[in-house]
Amino acid sequence: MITLAHFLTLGAVLFCIAVAGIFINRKNVITLLMAIELMLLAVNTNFVAFSRYLGDPSGQVFVFFILTVAAAESAIGLAILVVLFRNRATINVTEIDSMKG
Amino acid sequence: MLLSKTLLLTIVLAPLFGAIVAGLFRNVVGRAGAAAVTIAGVALSCALSFYVLYQLVWGGAAVFNQNLYTWFQVGQFGAHVGFLVDRLTAMMMVVVTFVSLMVHVYTIGYMADDDGFQRFFSYIALFTFSMLMLVMSNNFLQLFFGWEAVGLVSYLLIGFWFKRPSAIFANLKAFLVNRVGDFGFLLGIAGVLLWFGSLDYAQVFQNTLNGPAGVKTVEIFAGHPWSVATIVCICLFIGAMGKSAQVPLHVWLPDSMEGPTPISALIHAATMVTAGIFMVARMSPLFELSEAALSFVLVIGATTALFTGLIGIVQNDIKRVVAYSTLSQLGYMTVALGVSAYAGGVYHLMTHAFFKALLFLGAGSVIVAMHHEQDMRYMGGLRKYMPVTWLTMWLGSLALAGAPGFAGFFSKDAIIEAVGESHRFGAGYAYFCVMAGVFVTALYSFRLLYMTFHGKERFVVEAHHGHGHGGHHGHHEPGHLEHAPHESPWVITLPLILLAVPSVLIGWSTIGPMLFGGWFGGAIRVGEANDVLAELGREFHGPLAMVLHGFAQPPFWLALAGFAVATYIWLLNPGVADRAKNALRPLYDVLANKYWIDELYQAVFARGGVALGRALWKGGDAGLIDGVVVNGSAAVVGRTAAAVRWLQSGYLYHYAFAMILGLIALLGGVWWVVSHGAG
Repeated sequence: MITLAHFLTLGAVLFCIAVAGIFINRKNVITLLMAIELMLLAVNTNFVAFSRYLGDPSGQVFVFFILTVAAAESAIGLAILVVLFRNRATINVTEIDSMKG
Repeated sequence: MLLSKTLLLTIVLAPLFGAIVAGLFRNVVGRAGAAAVTIAGVALSCALSFYVLYQLVWGGAAVFNQNLYTWFQVGQFGAHVGFLVDRLTAMMMVVVTFVSLMVHVYTIGYMADDDGFQRFFSYIALFTFSMLMLVMSNNFLQLFFGWEAVGLVSYLLIGFWFKRPSAIFANLKAFLVNRVGDFGFLLGIAGVLLWFGSLDYAQVFQNTLNGPAGVKTVEIFAGHPWSVATIVCICLFIGAMGKSAQVPLHVWLPDSMEGPTPISALIHAATMVTAGIFMVARMSPLFELSEAALSFVLVIGATTALFTGLIGIVQNDIKRVVAYSTLSQLGYMTVALGVSAYAGGVYHLMTHAFFKALLFLGAGSVIVAMHHEQDMRYMGGLRKYMPVTWLTMWLGSLALAGAPGFAGFFSKDAIIEAVGESHRFGAGYAYFCVMAGVFVTALYSFRLLYMTFHGKERFVVEAHHGHGHGGHHGHHEPGHLEHAPHESPWVITLPLILLAVPSVLIGWSTIGPMLFGGWFGGAIRVGEANDVLAELGREFHGPLAMVLHGFAQPPFWLALAGFAVATYIWLLNPGVADRAKNALRPLYDVLANKYWIDELYQAVFARGGVALGRALWKGGDAGLIDGVVVNGSAAVVGRTAAAVRWLQSGYLYHYAFAMILGLIALLGGVWWVVSHGAG
């Protein structure tokens, strides 16, 4: 029997993987973007699980919105990435530190 | 009959008009025009002043006391421009405008080849205006205006040759020393306003009579109540000490001789420096309230009278001898004020104005003849070259030394006798000083005459040969002249003669009424117990009796002794002077260095001021303001920024981590509040 706890655990595991991806990744900005997407998916999983558990469909409506927004965000993120690559000729995270104080 | 406003305004404004025209339109009017317009203005002023005096004394005119214009009004207090013209004022007006007129005429000759001709005329006419405003004022504020205005003109004229460093030093010195005096003067005026409730003379003097103001006391130091009259009078007198060059504020006057000689005669001998004497005489109702203040005046005056005269004996610059003589005579006037013989002080002021202006103008005539050589050691034997100057200088010196019958005799003898009559604290000291001063006066006066006009010629007249003609006053070697000295032109000798007449004669007709006849009326008020002149008046039987009596008095014998000593040392046996100098070397050093007062002021006030300024600059400005407040706060920001700077690594994942940490903290906080709030 798969209970709510299983789904929440899955969400937490996905979220942790995403956080780890952000920190451990030192090479590629694209991986960073993917980690952020993964984070959003973890949240979506929670939404759907709670929606089903509580019998309230509005959680699933939220998921649609979030997916839409995430898609748009990815598009913008990739566009920024293209411009960044044009300017800096790299997508290596450790080299992008011009905000250093 | 009342004096008309228009008349008085014309007297004041005519010189001002001349000054403006000569000063601002000097290129339009030219040299002759500038001289003409200022002389016309001052001559008009002088003639009308004589008319005013005549009307007041013989024409039965009433005292004029009126406000003409309100400058500003603040609450109860109004500042007015007004005139108070009584006999004291009228006498001062006549003296000021007459001497000024003489100096104007003289200047045509003296400044003939100077580039600043028009500027000079503009200044002296402006001076005449300022001095008239001072003496004719009917309130303290206008008095202060005139006081500062004459100070300003004095400053401008001492530094008239502004390319000479010594002139610039001298005028700065005069200005600074006068500031010290003016500080006291302003405090005095403020005290008058505070305690007597007005700045109008008539009002204030009325309040001294009936109000409790005179006996009011105030505690400046806790536990020592002082009479307000004493405080006010001493403060006002400090102003007079600055302007009238009394010890210890006398140091500026000898240095003021850097200015052209005509203004030494006008400003630094005859008129401006006597403003302090006039002021104290004018304030006699106030000063009578305070025995202590008058004793202070007396001691200061006596010290000035003797000790500055002594310096005059060792000076070699002809103008400086006369300058120290002026200091000494101002001391006599102050002594007269100090024993409540105000009329005596003012009377000496008048006679002194004539003979001292004469002596200065005579000295100037000699300086012109010697091609601007002022050192008496290079003169001698000038008598045969310039007889008019020689004769008038003799008359002036006799008047100064108090030869019986001359103007100075009457005024000085009256002062000495008045001091003898007085029982005020310090009168004994003052009596000694003025007596000894008579000897000293005769000594330096005749020394000046002998060194200048008599004895061997100590200058060399060089034959014409090319060099030395390039410079304006071709100064090559001291005592070497290009041409033989010759008598000055008539514009110079005429004022000498016109001034010599009153120097010799004026005493005869004026001594009786002015000193003993209550001539000044209400202008001078003396307390019953202090009235030493009334005491003298009982023994006064006309000027001739006074002259005859004078021959039997110690001042005459002292003056004669001074004359004899001077004759022996500087005329008959010139070697004595040097031997005496060597024998009395310490004494000579003290006098030649003017008691080291200049050095003292230089060390204490000048260097002290610089040291204080440096300390405040280094410690206060550079250290505290710049170091701590400005740079210090900047440094705090810098250090804080440097500390928090390492937080900004620039790596995206650090920022993301910070966001997540923040999110966790926020959510944790919310969860904690919700769960505990519910529990």
